[in-house]
Amino acid sequence: MTTATASHDDHHHGPEKGLMRWVKTTNHKDIGSLYMWFAFIMLLIGGALAMGIRAELLAPGMQLMEPQFFNSLTTMHGLIMVFGAIMPAFVGLGNWLIPMMVGAPDMALPRMNNWSFWILPFAGGILLSTFFMEGGAPAFGWTFYAPLSTTFAPDSTDFFIFAVHLLGFSSIMGAINIIATVLNMRAPEMKLMDMPLFVWTWLITSFLLIGAMPVLAGAVTMMLTDRNFGTAFFDATGGGDPVMFQHIFWFFGHPEVYIMILPAFGVVSHIIPTFARKPLFGYSSMVYATASIAFLSYIVWAHHMFLTGMPVAGELYFMYATMLIAVPTGVKVFNWISTMWRGSMTFEAPMLWAVSFVFLFTIGGFSGLMLGIAPADIQYHDTYFVVAHFHYVLVTGALWSIIAATFYWLPKWTGKMYNEGLAKVHFWWAIISVNVLFFPQHFLGLAGMPRRIPDYSLQFADFNYISSIGGFAFGASFILLTYIIIDCVRNGKPAEARPWPSAKGLEWTLEPKAQYHSFNTPPSRKLIEQESQNS
Amino acid sequence: MSEQEYYVPHGTYWPIIGSIGVSTLFVGFANQMHGVEWGASVMALGLAITVFMMFGWFGQVVNESTNGMYNKQVDRSFRWGMSWFIFSEVMFFAAFFGALFYARALSVPWLGGADNNIFTPDLWNAFSASWHQMAFLAPGTELQSGTTMSFPAVPEGLTIENATPADVVDPWGLPALNTALLLASGVTLTYAHHALRAGHRNQIIGWLVATIALGVAFLGFQIMEYSHAYADGLKMTTGIYGSTFYMLTGFHGFHVTVGAIMLTVILYRVQKGHFDADNHFGFEGVAWYWHFVDVVWLGLFVFVYWL
Ligand code: HEM
Ligand SMILES: [Cu+2]
Repeated sequence: MTTATASHDDHHHGPEKGLMRWVKTTNHKDIGSLYMWFAFIMLLIGGALAMGIRAELLAPGMQLMEPQFFNSLTTMHGLIMVFGAIMPAFVGLGNWLIPMMVGAPDMALPRMNNWSFWILPFAGGILLSTFFMEGGAPAFGWTFYAPLSTTFAPDSTDFFIFAVHLLGFSSIMGAINIIATVLNMRAPEMKLMDMPLFVWTWLITSFLLIGAMPVLAGAVTMMLTDRNFGTAFFDATGGGDPVMFQHIFWFFGHPEVYIMILPAFGVVSHIIPTFARKPLFGYSSMVYATASIAFLSYIVWAHHMFLTGMPVAGELYFMYATMLIAVPTGVKVFNWISTMWRGSMTFEAPMLWAVSFVFLFTIGGFSGLMLGIAPADIQYHDTYFVVAHFHYVLVTGALWSIIAATFYWLPKWTGKMYNEGLAKVHFWWAIISVNVLFFPQHFLGLAGMPRRIPDYSLQFADFNYISSIGGFAFGASFILLTYIIIDCVRNGKPAEARPWPSAKGLEWTLEPKAQYHSFNTPPSRKLIEQESQNS
Repeated sequence: MSEQEYYVPHGTYWPIIGSIGVSTLFVGFANQMHGVEWGASVMALGLAITVFMMFGWFGQVVNESTNGMYNKQVDRSFRWGMSWFIFSEVMFFAAFFGALFYARALSVPWLGGADNNIFTPDLWNAFSASWHQMAFLAPGTELQSGTTMSFPAVPEGLTIENATPADVVDPWGLPALNTALLLASGVTLTYAHHALRAGHRNQIIGWLVATIALGVAFLGFQIMEYSHAYADGLKMTTGIYGSTFYMLTGFHGFHVTVGAIMLTVILYRVQKGHFDADNHFGFEGVAWYWHFVDVVWLGLFVFVYWL
């Protein structure tokens, strides 16, 4: 018989008492919850900044703030959402779910797991503190292009650089932990092709993180020395090149956008089969599609730079390589739709979010394809069309899947059911307002409205007004979401161990509120086969 | 402890201490760079906390390991962890190598008007692109970043096409010697590993001491090399070659330093009898790291010093 042994003070496999439990914890569920709450708080802070942006853009002319502060808002909004909300939320989901899904008691390197979380509040604190510094917060956009971020940036930029170092360090440790967990803690009877897709997508995402985040660290280090020690990496007067910054940044940046979407693909691949009451269509093609997307994501970065100076051969190569990504992405969308085809579907909250994910993410994918056409991008680049594109893939893509996952696994995390009626109201509120918010931005972009500018000419007024109204409504929807979650945690009705009867996965074989250490004995081959998505 | 038992370590304060240490270090550093008086001392405090954390954390792991609390699975997790950590380091260096290649193959020739790009020679009047020292501006010209450049004289007729780094630093002097030293240290370390597996403690200690000595000698020569280069006018502020030269070799030297410290700890642990023929991941992890640092140096030697 195999058992989980935890040393010393942990013999009863229960949590420690008091506040220090959260500081010292090595438990994947505790750490997962910490990540999720951190991400949620950052989401609200980042959302508040976005409300500021939309308020300024409600009407033409300067409304509320100095242009410099407006630029700080867009910059910090982007950074907080990417590094503070979306990424930590996915790591939180990974922490909570992966050990349960692979039949392990916990993560492979639990103490390091604790550290990857506990770096975040410090990094986030340093990043946010730049708002209160002389010269204001960074205002060069979340892409921090040189020389805006080197020669012309406020002093607070150096704090921003260190915050990015810390965030990157945390992500790398998180990724290493997930690789070690999947490869080494997986139940002995579970083959790679038995693994649930969330585990697969996270495994592949981890390789993206380990490959991309150190390059980001390199980029900010070069910025740091250019700013403070007179190096000339991004300075043409010394033989460097600001365009080189963009190459290094986007070598990180494009894999980064897939870091934020691959786990989302995994989540959706769990929810759709459950509520379509059919096995996932094309399991292995999903795995291969994910892997090829990850591979391709390393070799398309300069599609963000069609206008910044590249030889024509480069433009052509990056255009065609970018188009290529549409193929595996199309495979995925095809599989989700085929899974639903002739299924007996019901639309509980997780499914609503998942189905709308497929729909809206695809809109974002299509606008991505448009942007990937180099000659067309000359028109679109740096307009609101780009803003619309990446909000469709990130908000109604990444964030949507996080909300879907929260509703789907909340019963397993808390042992309680959320209020389905309220959740549906919230869904419709959010999905209508988010489209009112972002859809008009396509038109604004096609008409030529530049991004990152606090003022605009009169012909853009109507669509901006509509967009801002949608923005405020969407922002307000998070008040309801907060209520639904807290209400579930405190007053929710007890959930069954498998609240979704047709759901598959080892996590549903655990107690209604999953026990503190997931699997003390590895699951049997039979159980694994029963719960496998690949059947 | 048998293979099938799972091991989950109990909680500790080390991670949060680490976060406090590293954040203090960075906040101090940023303030120090901005000329705040207390910057340097806060930085030192942060460094002290971080070092304290590392000794405390690793010390605890060592204790648990020597008490036999870990099993084969934990060992494998450590192995996965270490190897992917090293891979992330590879990617960090790759960013700087990428900058080197980009500047050498693209941005500097473009500045010289190559490929009829948007940079025409008119942009930089009378500029002839030369790789190693970017001596196209008069000494004392202000860089965008506000620092002043002082360029050493460039030999007549040296351009981007015909110049190699060898025109600045002779690769077959100290750098070649250093290459030999590091390669030798890789060999001695492998001998130490063989000795460990054969269980000859005195031999292990001998080979380890030799490895550390070679590493320290490398660092000594590297410092000599820096002072030569500096005296010849190659500085971090003398354009892109100086930037990549010092950043790449500097980060490498830092890694050699860390590696040498880790080897010293391993030496101490060998003396304490912490390892046996089958159980010595601590040793192996450090050895992997050392070999990685070795390989990076080979890249440096070829691309920074030689070609
Ligand atoms: C079908 C696949 C996709 C294609 C072909 C594509 C293509 C592009 C292109 C060409 C641009 C640059 C536009 C410009 O600046 O002119 C862009 C921007 C962007 N994309 Fe995508 N994209 C795709 C999917 C995604 C996904 C899945 C995400 C994230 C989850 C994403 C996030 C972004 C972001 C954040 C930007 C803006 C970066 C900035 O701030 O400049 N894209 N995309
Ligand atoms: Cu991209």
